[in-house]
Amino acid sequence: MTTTSLTMAKALNAGLRKALENDPKVLLMGEDIGKLGGVFRITDGLQKDFGADRVIDSPLAESAIVGTAVGLAIRGYRPVCEIQFDGFVYPAFDQIVSQVAKLRSRTEGVYRMGIVIRLPFAGGIGAVEHHSESPEAYFAHTAGLRVVSCSTPHDAYWMIQEAIAHDDPIIFCEPKCRYWEKGDVDLDNPGRGLFEANRVREGSDVTVVAWGPSVKTTLRAAEVAATEGRSVEVIDARSVAPLDLAPLVASVKKTGRLIVVHEAPPTASMGADIIRRLSEECFYSLRAPGLQVSGYHTPYPPARIEDAFRPSVDRILDAIDRSMDYGL
Amino acid sequence: MNESELVQLVSPEGERVRHPDYESSLGVDEIFGFYRDMTIIRRICNEATSLQRQGELALWAPVQGQEAAQIGCGRAMTEKDFGFPTYREHGIAWCRGVPPLNMLRLFRGVSQGGWDPQHYRFSTPTIVLGDQTLTAVGYAMGIQKDGTDEASVAFFGDGASSQGDVSEAFVWAASFDAPVVFFLQNNQWAISEPSTLQTKIPLYRRAEGFGFPGIRVDGNDVLAVYEVTKRALENAHEGGGPTLVEAFTYRMSPHTTSDDPTRYRTDAEVEVWKHRDPIERTKALLVREYKYKNSHFEEVREEAEAIALKLRDDLLSLPDPDPTFIFDNAYAAPHPLIDDGRRDMIELGVSSVTS
Repeated sequence: MTTTSLTMAKALNAGLRKALENDPKVLLMGEDIGKLGGVFRITDGLQKDFGADRVIDSPLAESAIVGTAVGLAIRGYRPVCEIQFDGFVYPAFDQIVSQVAKLRSRTEGVYRMGIVIRLPFAGGIGAVEHHSESPEAYFAHTAGLRVVSCSTPHDAYWMIQEAIAHDDPIIFCEPKCRYWEKGDVDLDNPGRGLFEANRVREGSDVTVVAWGPSVKTTLRAAEVAATEGRSVEVIDARSVAPLDLAPLVASVKKTGRLIVVHEAPPTASMGADIIRRLSEECFYSLRAPGLQVSGYHTPYPPARIEDAFRPSVDRILDAIDRSMDYGL
Repeated sequence: MNESELVQLVSPEGERVRHPDYESSLGVDEIFGFYRDMTIIRRICNEATSLQRQGELALWAPVQGQEAAQIGCGRAMTEKDFGFPTYREHGIAWCRGVPPLNMLRLFRGVSQGGWDPQHYRFSTPTIVLGDQTLTAVGYAMGIQKDGTDEASVAFFGDGASSQGDVSEAFVWAASFDAPVVFFLQNNQWAISEPSTLQTKIPLYRRAEGFGFPGIRVDGNDVLAVYEVTKRALENAHEGGGPTLVEAFTYRMSPHTTSDDPTRYRTDAEVEVWKHRDPIERTKALLVREYKYKNSHFEEVREEAEAIALKLRDDLLSLPDPDPTFIFDNAYAAPHPLIDDGRRDMIELGVSSVTS
């Protein structure tokens, strides 16, 4: 077993490098990803090693980044699009929803839409407006797409490679506030499949589901809760769409309590959807209603007060208390 | 319209017109072939309109008036080229070999596409207009990477020319020198909105601002459209990058069978364009120059009639897909919601009552 310690940014870079090495049809495209290596340096050095023909600095047009990726995919390429920030994906929304998601179905299986759209998403870096959003539910809602999010350098390294090799289009949500945090990466074994959830902490009192940036926050909350005698089970969903439901069902049947943590606003969110599905699957095991700890139903706030918007350890602990208070 | 801006090789009366840069390379058999193509596609369109009126199609987007633009371009395209159409490119589809029945599958409501786009090297219709221009540019970038001498063709109209995606496609095509021909059919009307609402300058001149050549051709002159498109494609094949071809034409029919053009345009305007009819013009050339007789034209008419009748029969016996068809190609790999949905539908049985 070869294990190395990398930041998530470096792990993504290494994963992209492997993908470029393994398949000559893999292309990276996006704004500033070549010479600059991307504004987060995720593609650092890749243009130098693989050429400007495969690591493409694109004009500033997100709809065109995705729209031309569609044509390249039809031609047999595997484009990996970098959208510079979450809030810049909306100009490409039409191409993603109307073409990327539907062309395989429209052509009755002829077109392969093996496209990855990388979104540095969510907040926590003190950015200006449009640089901190969590748009995963928009894409999860659209049939034809898959949505995944990595929470550790190990998962980042493997999930990006698995996403690129996959034949369906994938929205790849990268928690930008975790880019610079280090973790062990097993270079030989991914450990689990791209669409599988991961129980990252075992517990018996309450199940907390999270993904991306919220996994670490939730684990911290679970540690604090443990000092108060509460046993919190934490599941990293990893695949937001489709959900890996079976381990969630097993966990909630065991604990009888469910909390979902994410940064997106609460309405029509993935948290709401997970609660809906588990309410049906685990109805007779539930001892409290499913709760969400999420952003508020407001635009993302200015940086100085963003911590009041994002799910915090305290808000997760509060939700655990509220869930336990039902006492059923 | 400033006539001097427009490439024309045959006048509306069927007389040859000299042009400094273009001359027709076509022999009489090819010209008669184009006449046949145009006549057949108009007949197919009329049959489809009748089928819609009889409740057999949900909708139809007629191509009447634009046959020369489409047949001229469609016949200029080679095996090497790949087209990205809207829902009105029936003439191009015909030239690519798409069977007429497949053109109707979308409008019959048994498919969201209609044919195998890789087989015909012709994509299925894009309905969100403008999107397909970016697809065509991306495909052309793929051609470049493969180092082959192919080209892609993006089809759109005066209406879609206002879409942001079309401007983005122009930028990208220029920046990457992509082997793409933007084939713009300016049929003067985007449903009820005149092309003057979309643009203050002739549309072909937009290309110059993006850094590649644009040219306007008489879209009702099949010989001119053929030569202009052929040269633009050859330029792309040879690595010369993109060209915008504006085929200046007219939509004689409604936008679709749901449209009522009497609410927004005058009979007098339609009359003017009737005199420029692309099929009559080609017929006049064949009579004037090649002494073609009524028997030649009658033979084509009968062939078109037979194709239309067969199309009607085939359409009416086209089976509806099994409802579980919706699950078949939503994803390439297994997906739990697809499996759940299919199982539910099969277990519950399918009711046709939804309201």
